Amino acid sequence: MSATVTTAPRYQGKRHRLDRPELLAPAGNLEKLKFAVHYGADAVYIGGQKYGLRSNADNFSFEEMKEGVEFAKQYGAKVFVATNIYAHNEDIDGISDYLRKLEEVGIAAIIAADPIIIETAQKVAPGLEVHLSTQQSTLNWQAVKFWKDEGLPRVVLARETSFQEIAEIKQHVDIEIEAFIHGAMCSSYSGRCVLSNHFTDRDSNRGGCCQSCRWKYDLFQGEEQLNGEGQDAFTMGSKDLCMIQYLPELIEVGVDSFKIEGRMKSIHYVATVVNVYRQAINAYFNDPQGFEVKQEWIDEMNKAANRPLNTGFFLDAPGAEDHIYGPEEKAAPYDFAAIVLDYDDRTGFAKLQQRNHFKPGQEVEFVGPGGTFFKQTVTELTDMDGNPLDAARHPMQEVRVRTLKPVKAMDMMRKKIR
Amino acid sequence: MAYKPELLVTASTIDELKLLAEAGADAFVIGDSRFGTRLAGSFTEEMIREAVAFASPQGKSVYVSMNNLISNERLMELPGFVTFLHEAGVNAIIFGDPAVLMAAREHAPGTPLHWNAEMTSTNFATAEYWARRGATRYVLARELNMEQIEDTKAKSDMQIQVQVHGMTNIYHSKRYLVDSYLEHQSDGRQLGGNGREQGLFLTEAERPGEHFPIFEDEGGTHIMSSDDICMLENIHELLAVGVDSFKIEGILKPAAYNEAVVKAYRKAIDAYMSDPAAYTFEEEWLEPIREKQDPNRELSYGFFYKEQVY
Repeated sequence: MSATVTTAPRYQGKRHRLDRPELLAPAGNLEKLKFAVHYGADAVYIGGQKYGLRSNADNFSFEEMKEGVEFAKQYGAKVFVATNIYAHNEDIDGISDYLRKLEEVGIAAIIAADPIIIETAQKVAPGLEVHLSTQQSTLNWQAVKFWKDEGLPRVVLARETSFQEIAEIKQHVDIEIEAFIHGAMCSSYSGRCVLSNHFTDRDSNRGGCCQSCRWKYDLFQGEEQLNGEGQDAFTMGSKDLCMIQYLPELIEVGVDSFKIEGRMKSIHYVATVVNVYRQAINAYFNDPQGFEVKQEWIDEMNKAANRPLNTGFFLDAPGAEDHIYGPEEKAAPYDFAAIVLDYDDRTGFAKLQQRNHFKPGQEVEFVGPGGTFFKQTVTELTDMDGNPLDAARHPMQEVRVRTLKPVKAMDMMRKKIR
Repeated sequence: MAYKPELLVTASTIDELKLLAEAGADAFVIGDSRFGTRLAGSFTEEMIREAVAFASPQGKSVYVSMNNLISNERLMELPGFVTFLHEAGVNAIIFGDPAVLMAAREHAPGTPLHWNAEMTSTNFATAEYWARRGATRYVLARELNMEQIEDTKAKSDMQIQVQVHGMTNIYHSKRYLVDSYLEHQSDGRQLGGNGREQGLFLTEAERPGEHFPIFEDEGGTHIMSSDDICMLENIHELLAVGVDSFKIEGILKPAAYNEAVVKAYRKAIDAYMSDPAAYTFEEEWLEPIREKQDPNRELSYGFFYKEQVY
């Protein structure tokens, strides 16, 4: 991604309840939740043990949810739970109890696709807000109005909606609109893909998706293979969404909640992406007229990126340049190396928790909320007793590193890998 | 009321509809491609009128599929089309998007509504949610199994419709994926459209011999199953459960194939209904289907006897 921006049409819409958009981040576990909130998310969404679409994720127990809610509260942030499966008959019993429990532990909202989960929540857990999931693939204002009339305060739109369509929806219906602005995308209409069911007997709409859209296929017309020798194979795989360059347009069209995808992503990814959008949103509201996208934000995004980035359906329909043919190159030349646990300003040493191998002589960067940032070379590295180390080898190992500038707990250290 | 199972089939043209009526179909799914997706063929308003005029006197039903995800742009055309369907006297409107439901309730009061959200119509409780908002029939997702079908019939009074024959859609994108891919290939190849008439299909290295049809239309890109469901041999199991409507999907199939399929199911259903206790499946009923079956496509039981994990 570069700083060159094609112009997008500007639409003026009104946010439903908030004067500025909510920044909504994914949190695959409690630690990620804490980082997302600390780096500036107004709300996070998580998965519980049941009814969520990431059956492989490290999902939250009720105890962990409670702790997450408490932590978020200190920052004025909310916790949402994704209950976004399409239920089967055998899933119906138990929905009520589960939703009551979510309400009890202080969850602010559920994100649901299946109307039976929506209706059950409204009946048994009225303290939970219900947000319509993108899995419903809602594209038009009449459908949005239907869900408003059903009592829902918020609709997460289909990822296929453009700026213009969002503006039209905003004009017709006074309801909170949430839109994905960053992360990986289904290339199908959400919920309208059962490739996993057919290929691997795993139910995609209950969390079993095995990402078959990113596999390689041969394309034939009758006997003739259309991907010849030496040509890239056919695939449905999409580049990842990144809307940082169109932040003013998103704000002005009236999107109420800016959603970042990625409950399976790392702490580093979530914290970095949240950090950038937080700074950008704040910068816009401090000075809407003078707002400019900073190159350093784009650089940060690129350091977290897993795949090449694009703008989805916001500006126009995706084409050849928006899909990933050929080998997927690893986009980011940096690896997450450590978390700062503490800093001693007497000695100038930071206490770090290792997340990836690093050693003296390596070039690293320290990043913190609000855009604090500096580069340095690792010079002095010791264990907790002050004995010099030639490398931080062990996952979660606690070590000390002298830093060029003061750092704070929950700052991150990343290393350059190429 | 006595159990009277319906044999339902898609029709691509008026001629095919007549042929399949003759073959023994009780009801037809047709539609206009502005509002219906993956139709066997698109019907103009005049053709829809003609279909009703033909089917109605014979006691046969015409259902109009409006199963598209609707865009803002199409929204404006909904009231007019739904009003037309109401006046034309179609026997049901098939919907997935709530916008269609709202338009139908307002502009086609009294026209039965069939809830079909494709692969996301997965449980009876949600079907009943839509029943409370006007739906009379639940079209089950093709990824459900026999046990779930049975359970649905036990728990709900709604009419249920199950696809017993033909291919199914397994992936629908708004993106033009074939077009994008051909553009990516630098040899400048163009096919002159990537529609269903092109006979395009995908294969995957781990699944030799399986051909997944792929085509584009105004709704984007559709990928279809590599096998054709065929429940003829076990149709009595579904009849015993009391399935209300047995659907044959005729998309991407020649009329003569669909005719053979309708005839075979007609025979089996009639045999069962005349004496359920004495019913036995006759292997020869399957022969005309086998003869016309595309050799690259297996006849399968779909998900009827599968257990899925997640």
